[in-house]
Amino acid sequence: MPNDNEIIDNIANKEYEFGFVTDIEMDILPAGLNENTIRYISEKKKEPEWLLEWRLKGFLAFQKQKLPEWQNFELPPIDFQKISYYAAPRNKKKYNSLDEVDPELLATFEKLGIPLSEQKALTGVAVDAVFDSISIATTYKDKLKELGIIFCSFGEAVQEHPELVRKYVGSVVPHSDNIFAALNAAVFSDGSFVYIPKGVRCPMELSTYFRINTENTGQFERTLIIADEGSYVSYLEGCTAPTRDENQLHAAVVELIALENAEIKYSTVQNWYPGDKDGKGGIYNFVTKRGICKGANAKISWTQVETGSAITWKYPSVILQGDNSTGEFYSVAVTRNRQIADTGTKMYHIGRNTRSRIISKGISAGHGNNSYRGLVQIGPKADDARNFTQCDSLLIGDQCGAHTFPYIESKNNTATVEHEATTSKIGEDQIFYLNQRGIDSEKAVALIINGYAKEVLNQLPMEFAVEAQKLLSITLEGSVG
Amino acid sequence: MLTIKNLHAEVEEKQILKGINLSVNAGEVHAIMGPNGSGKSSLASVLAGRENYQVTQGEVIFKGLNLLDMNPEVRAREGVFLAFQYPIEIPGVSNINFLKTALAEIRAHKGLPPLDAKEFLKMSREKQKLVEFDAQLVNRSLNEGFSGGEKKRNEIFQLAMLEPALSILDETDSGLDIDALRIVSKGVNKLRSENNAFIIITHYQRLLEYIVPDFVHVLYDGRIVKSGTKELALELEEKGYDWLKEDAREKATTI
Ligand SMILES: Nc1ncnc2c1ncn2[C@@H]1O[C@H](COP(=O)(O)OP(=O)(O)O)[C@@H](O)[C@H]1O
Ligand SMILES: [Mg+2]
Repeated sequence: MPNDNEIIDNIANKEYEFGFVTDIEMDILPAGLNENTIRYISEKKKEPEWLLEWRLKGFLAFQKQKLPEWQNFELPPIDFQKISYYAAPRNKKKYNSLDEVDPELLATFEKLGIPLSEQKALTGVAVDAVFDSISIATTYKDKLKELGIIFCSFGEAVQEHPELVRKYVGSVVPHSDNIFAALNAAVFSDGSFVYIPKGVRCPMELSTYFRINTENTGQFERTLIIADEGSYVSYLEGCTAPTRDENQLHAAVVELIALENAEIKYSTVQNWYPGDKDGKGGIYNFVTKRGICKGANAKISWTQVETGSAITWKYPSVILQGDNSTGEFYSVAVTRNRQIADTGTKMYHIGRNTRSRIISKGISAGHGNNSYRGLVQIGPKADDARNFTQCDSLLIGDQCGAHTFPYIESKNNTATVEHEATTSKIGEDQIFYLNQRGIDSEKAVALIINGYAKEVLNQLPMEFAVEAQKLLSITLEGSVG
Repeated sequence: MLTIKNLHAEVEEKQILKGINLSVNAGEVHAIMGPNGSGKSSLASVLAGRENYQVTQGEVIFKGLNLLDMNPEVRAREGVFLAFQYPIEIPGVSNINFLKTALAEIRAHKGLPPLDAKEFLKMSREKQKLVEFDAQLVNRSLNEGFSGGEKKRNEIFQLAMLEPALSILDETDSGLDIDALRIVSKGVNKLRSENNAFIIITHYQRLLEYIVPDFVHVLYDGRIVKSGTKELALELEEKGYDWLKEDAREKATTI
């Protein structure tokens, strides 16, 4: 009979499924960061002058800022000069159709479960595939175009819809927001752009798949989603990276803008390479995600399933400016081996009668360390604002850690703020109960974990809920408390 | 079907079972009675394979196989079912999905494919009816927020679904009101057959009026100190356990 330790060791040794490297000729900018790096990227992308200026302002802000010190983990030193800030598959001018995309690349995405040819693609899901620094293909573009929906790479949006990009880029996450956001403003390479016109309900899930391939590169994508009045969109991002001993930096920025009566649902299934069992290698996932409910009755909902990365450090947030607007945050974060997660959300209640709901489920196994950090801020004009926060921690084994740092700042005494927190261990009793019904311990843990995370998983688009469930089971396979 | 020979077991280095001998044939119902702390639940736990119990002596043969060599889930798949004295809650795991998984595992062990959705639903409906189990509870999270009685009845519903060869009911009657007791007993009686056997652990004679046992055993201080037929249960009801305790103590000192 396997004992707890064996089973816990088992999870530690479970290998990362997406660790392969694609062998393809790349244009890679030598490592290093200075003004020329930024000019090179901007030129490579044939950007207008204003965008280059904006990047340079970001670079200035980056140089002035220091790395934060308030996080609940030791930030390893990062040598920004050792990173290459641009890597793109060679020969890429601009693919007009999928036939022109390097078969090696198509095969890569296919292997990751993201077929890009529309015949094979998931029905009802349009995909933008980003490989290292650039977007290589976007499916169902024409179909969306008929409805006036713009779904393309950020680079393309800069060329074809400069007025929209100029109006909104940096409007939610300014170029000087924090050191990683500033770095992103300076060197961002690609990402996705979405615009949903007034009154349009986007008929399919929009999805971006990020893949880091090249060694010693960082991925700095920027995503901008604008939902015009009365529109609706559901968007999903997924990510993987090869197995490597070196750490790689991923410092993305996501900005969401929901105008009056609009709704944006943003889901993330993050499975970057987490490092090996001793904590060697893995992605530093330092991301700034923020949305604004600009108009009345707008709604923004973040859902995240975080199983990968050596360090996950991010707080998808919502600025509730419009009256009666709603912000939601649903999160499952898993840490095992030596993984670290310091994640949560910030809800800024500015408008009247604004609502926010935070459901956070941390799962820690092995030597994993999981912190929930949240801020609920109620402004003086936010009459009758309401927040509900529930943050639960589940521990597997006794060498992992769970912490919660909920902050509440209220300047309005008509507000209602509720906070609930629980910490539990997967009980041997629960596992034995399932064993006694013929279910082995691995499956038992998977069942218990998925039950625990259900409230969050239920928020995911159907097509991805099953995948996320599987991912959770695989990630925690064989764990018993 | 089941032969327990000279079974000794300890938990946390404390000797709990001190030489149990018991033989159960297909088609039989055995009742095990005895005062609190005598080792009834421990015996059930050892048979089901709970990890914190160490068997120090003796053997258990189930359908010709060495039961003690098997993992708990394999014992379950071979047909050992324990209706727990304190069923566990598992939040977020739907009762019916859990049963679907359990049944698929048991069938796979027998080389059978899982039932398809329609067949499973049909079976579930039939069994719900058989044991009068509330359809609403079927779709709720496993035992989460169930009353004590509902949890016990869920155990019987699971028993009905999984169709084990040997069912061990650990104080299923405690916490049930008289109506629920009648319903549970009726369910068990319907499930009784020539091919299966039941070990019914209980404190009270009351349950045995509804589920009539073929044999009654008294467990005291880790040993079966007396065995008989259903009349023994009545005698215990009348006289309590004290006279048996005296007996046992005498025996223990003479050994
Ligand atoms: N995990 C445990 N650790 C220590 N002692 C235990 C444990 N479980 C049961 N026991 C002891 O074993 C004895 C038998 O308990 P149990 O089998 O539950 O009795 P019954 O079901 O007949 O009331 C009791 O003295 C009880 O305290
Ligand atoms: Mg007991």
